[in-house]
Amino acid sequence: MATLTPNSEQRLNSAAALPAAIELDGINKHFGPVHANRDIHLSVTRGTVHGIVGENGAGKSTLMSILYGFYTADSGTIRVGGKAVTITDSRHALALGIGMVHQHFMLVDNFTVIENIVLGAEDSALLGRTLSKARAQLKQLATDYGLEVDPDALIEDLSVGQQQRVEILKALYRGADILILDEPTGVLTPAEADHLFRILRKLRDEGKTIILITHKLREIMAITDEVSVMRQGAMVKTLTTSQTNPGELAELMVGRRVLLRVEKGPANPGKVMLAVDKLVVTDDLGVERVKSVSFEVRAGEIVGIAGVAGNGQSELLEAISGMRDQSSGQVLVNGQPVSAFGDDGAARLREVGLAHVPEDRLRMGLVTNFLEWENAILGYQNDYGQGLGLDIGKAKAEARERIAQYDIRPANTDLKSANFSGGNQQKIVLAREMERNPDVLIVGQPTRGVDIGAIEFIHNQIIKMRDAGKAILLVSVELDEIRALSDRILVLFDGEIVGEADPATADEGELGLLMAGVHEGHEPDAAARLPEHVTPVEKTLTEMSPKTDRDIR
Amino acid sequence: MSARVPLPRWVDIALLPLLNVVLAFLIGGIVVVMVGQNPLEAVGIMLYGAFGYGSGFGYTLYYTTDFIFAGLAVSLAYHAGLFNIGPEGQAYVAGLGVILVALGLNGQPWLITVPAMIVAGALFGAGWAFIPGYLQAKRGSHIVITTILFNFIAVSMMGYIISKILKPANVGSDESAPIDAVSRVPQLRLFWDLFKNSPVNISFFLALIALVAVYWLIWHSKFGFAMRALGHNPTAARYAGISNAKVIMITMALAGALAGMVAVNNVGGVQGRLILNFVSGAGFVGVAVAFMGKGHPIGVALSALLFGALYQGGQELAFSMPGITREMIVTIQALVILFTGAMGDMLRPPLERIFGPRAQARAGDV
Repeated sequence: MATLTPNSEQRLNSAAALPAAIELDGINKHFGPVHANRDIHLSVTRGTVHGIVGENGAGKSTLMSILYGFYTADSGTIRVGGKAVTITDSRHALALGIGMVHQHFMLVDNFTVIENIVLGAEDSALLGRTLSKARAQLKQLATDYGLEVDPDALIEDLSVGQQQRVEILKALYRGADILILDEPTGVLTPAEADHLFRILRKLRDEGKTIILITHKLREIMAITDEVSVMRQGAMVKTLTTSQTNPGELAELMVGRRVLLRVEKGPANPGKVMLAVDKLVVTDDLGVERVKSVSFEVRAGEIVGIAGVAGNGQSELLEAISGMRDQSSGQVLVNGQPVSAFGDDGAARLREVGLAHVPEDRLRMGLVTNFLEWENAILGYQNDYGQGLGLDIGKAKAEARERIAQYDIRPANTDLKSANFSGGNQQKIVLAREMERNPDVLIVGQPTRGVDIGAIEFIHNQIIKMRDAGKAILLVSVELDEIRALSDRILVLFDGEIVGEADPATADEGELGLLMAGVHEGHEPDAAARLPEHVTPVEKTLTEMSPKTDRDIR
Repeated sequence: MSARVPLPRWVDIALLPLLNVVLAFLIGGIVVVMVGQNPLEAVGIMLYGAFGYGSGFGYTLYYTTDFIFAGLAVSLAYHAGLFNIGPEGQAYVAGLGVILVALGLNGQPWLITVPAMIVAGALFGAGWAFIPGYLQAKRGSHIVITTILFNFIAVSMMGYIISKILKPANVGSDESAPIDAVSRVPQLRLFWDLFKNSPVNISFFLALIALVAVYWLIWHSKFGFAMRALGHNPTAARYAGISNAKVIMITMALAGALAGMVAVNNVGGVQGRLILNFVSGAGFVGVAVAFMGKGHPIGVALSALLFGALYQGGQELAFSMPGITREMIVTIQALVILFTGAMGDMLRPPLERIFGPRAQARAGDV
C-alpha cells in the first residue's frame, strides 16, 4: 500500500487549485420531524475517489439522492465545478455530468447490453444510428477503462459484476464526469470487487471523480483518497484516507469504540447434529447445482462454507432448510432423516429443530409488507394460539421482548418491516430464528448490507449460539467473515466440496485458489490486492484486514 | 421523482374514494345535462329511490347483499395474491346446489332448508372455484384466465342443466320448479312492515356475518396469516414452510363458497326457483366492489352499499325521469367503476402533495 499514499496526496495537492468537483454547503433535508441531513458541508476534489461512510440511516443515501436530483434540499447550496446549481431531476444531474450507479441495478433483463446503454438516450426514433454510435463509443470506453462487456450479450446472461459494469458504462455513455456508486460491492464476489476497484482507479486516473458510498472500511482504506464520515444525518468529519485508520473511522461512524474483531474461545464439538449425505440438488431449470455433497456439523461448532457466489451455496442452503427438493442423498437432523419434499418442507425442518437465517432477507426472510410483529413469527405462526385463531397478543408480547433483547430500532411492533434499516431487518430475522432454541442453525450471508455496530452484535450472537452447544452452518461469500467465525472451513466450487481447511492455519491464497477451482487461479493484480491478515482471530470485522493502522502505511 | 409516501389512513380509505365517487357523479351529471335534464333533480330521485322509502331501501339492501358476497369472494382471494374474476360463474353454479337441496327438502320449514341451502351453495361455489385454484396451484395455469373461462363454462353448463334437465314439462320459460313458500329464505317484510314489496331477506344478515368472518379470517387467523404471507411474497411463504399450493386451493374454495351465497340470496330468497342467468352481473360488480373497497371488509360493505344504491336508485331514475334510459344508468355505474377502480389512484399525487409530508413523518422513514 506504500504506493498509494504519495499518489493520493499528490492528487489532492495538485487539484487544490481547481474548483472542487462538487461542493455542498449547508445542506438540510427534513422528512417531517426527521432531520435526515443536518447542515452538510462537503467538498469533493476533482479526480479523486471520495468515500462516504456511515451506518444505515446516517443520511448517506439521502444526501446522494439530493445530489442526483431525487430529492430537493430544504436549504443549502450545491456547486458543481464551482457553479451553484439547483438539481431538479436525474436528467438534470446527468446534464451536469453526475452519474449514479445504484445498489440495485436498473437494467432491463431481456435487453442486450447495448440496448440498455442507449435506453433513454436514443438520438432519434430509429435506433440504427444510435446503436452504431454507441457501439463505437463502448469500444473506446472498454479500451480506456478496462470496462469490457460483450455489447450483444443479454443482461440476464451476465454475472452481477458484469451487470454493474454495464451500469457504469451507462453513466459514462451519458457523459458522466462524476460517478456516484452506492454500496457497489454489496453484491460482488471478492474477485469481482477487485476488478471493480481496478476500474475505479483507472477512471480516477483519467480524471473522473468518484464518490463511493459504502460501509466496508476495508474498501475505504484500499481505494479512496479522502473519506467523509456521516452519523445521524450530520457530517462528522472529512479525513485524508492515508492519515486515518479503520478503528478511528468506525468510532466516528458509531459514536463509540467498536470492537473490530471476533472474540471466541476454542470450539467444543459434541455429537453430530446435522449430517448431509451425498446430497444432489438441481435448480429450477433442472441443472445440477449441488453434486453429491457430504459433510457433518457437530453440536458446538461453526462450519463455514466458503465459495464464490453462484457455486451452489444457495441451492445447498435451500435444500437443507427444506425449501427445495433434494434430487438424491439425505439430510439428517439429530440423526433423523428429513424429507423435504413438497412445498412445505421448511415447516417440517423447523419442527425437528432446524432454524434458517436466509441469504436474502428481503426476498425470503421477511415479508416487507408485514408489520414487525408479523415477521417476528413468520414460519412459527402455528405456535401462536389454539385452533384456527392467531394469538396476536402473545405474538406482540414476544416481539417486544425480542426488540428489547436485540436492540431493534425503532422499537415498534406495529411498524411495517420495509421501514426498518437493513441491519434491523436482519436482527428481526436473527432474533426470530435464534430465540427458538434450535438444535441446528443455518446462516446465509448474516451481515450482508449490515452496519458495523450490528455486525459486531450479529457475530457475537452466532458465537454465543455455538457456545450454547448449537450446530451452526455458516455460508458467506465474505471470506473474512468465514475465517473469523468458523471452526472448520469447507470450500464449495461448482457444487462440490473441493477442500477443507482449519481457519487458524489456512492460507488465504490457498483458499482463494480452491474457491477459484484451483487451476483457474487468476493473475493477482498487485495494486488491487487488499492488505493481508495476520491471524483470523485478530482480524477485524469490517475492514477485517489491517490489524492496526501501521499495516496500511 | 420522489419516493412514494403513504397517505394518512383516513385519506386513503375515506377521502380518496369519496372524491372519486364525487368525480364520477360530476361527469355523470354532464351526461344528464346533455339530455336536457336537471342533474340535481336526478341525484335527488336516485337518493330517494335508494333510501327514501321502505321498499326502495329494501331493494338497495337486497342488491347490497349480492355485492357484499361477490366483493368478499374477490377480496379474500386477492389477499392471497389471487385475482378471482370468477364469482359470476361460482354464484351461478352454486345456484344448482341451492335448488337441488331446496327441491329435495321442499315443504320443510325454512329453519331446516335454509342451512341446507347455505351449505349446498357454499359447496357448489367452492367446488367450482376449487378447479381454477387447483390448476393454478398444481399446473401453473393463470387464475385470471381460468376463472374468466370458468364463467363461460358455467353459463353453458347451467343453461343446459336448467333448460334440459330442471325445467318441468309444463313451464314455458327456462327455469326450475318453484320452492314452496315455507321453505324459502324468509324475507324481512315478514318481520318488518318497512320492507314491504321488497325482496331483502335474511341473507342480508348472513352477508354481515360474512364480513366479520372474513375480517377475522384475514387478520386474526393462522390461515389468514399464511394467506397474506403468500400474497405479499411467495418465496418468503415457502421459506416459512407455508404450502403455496394448499393455501391457493383452500383460498379459492373459500372465495367460491362466499360467491355461492349470492345464490342463497337470489334463488332461495327471491325467485324461489333457479332461473336462467339469475346472477345477472352481480359477480362482476363484485370485482369493482372489492377494488373500490381496497379488499377490506369495511370498504367492501361501503362500496357494496354504494353499488346497491346505484342499482336501485338508477332503476328508479330510469323509471321516473323522461330521457334517462336504462343504458344511461349503466353509463353512470360504469363511470363510478372507472373512477374508483381503474383510475382510483388518479387523485393520489395531488393528495400526496397535501397530506404526504405528515404521513411520511409518521412512518419515521429516513
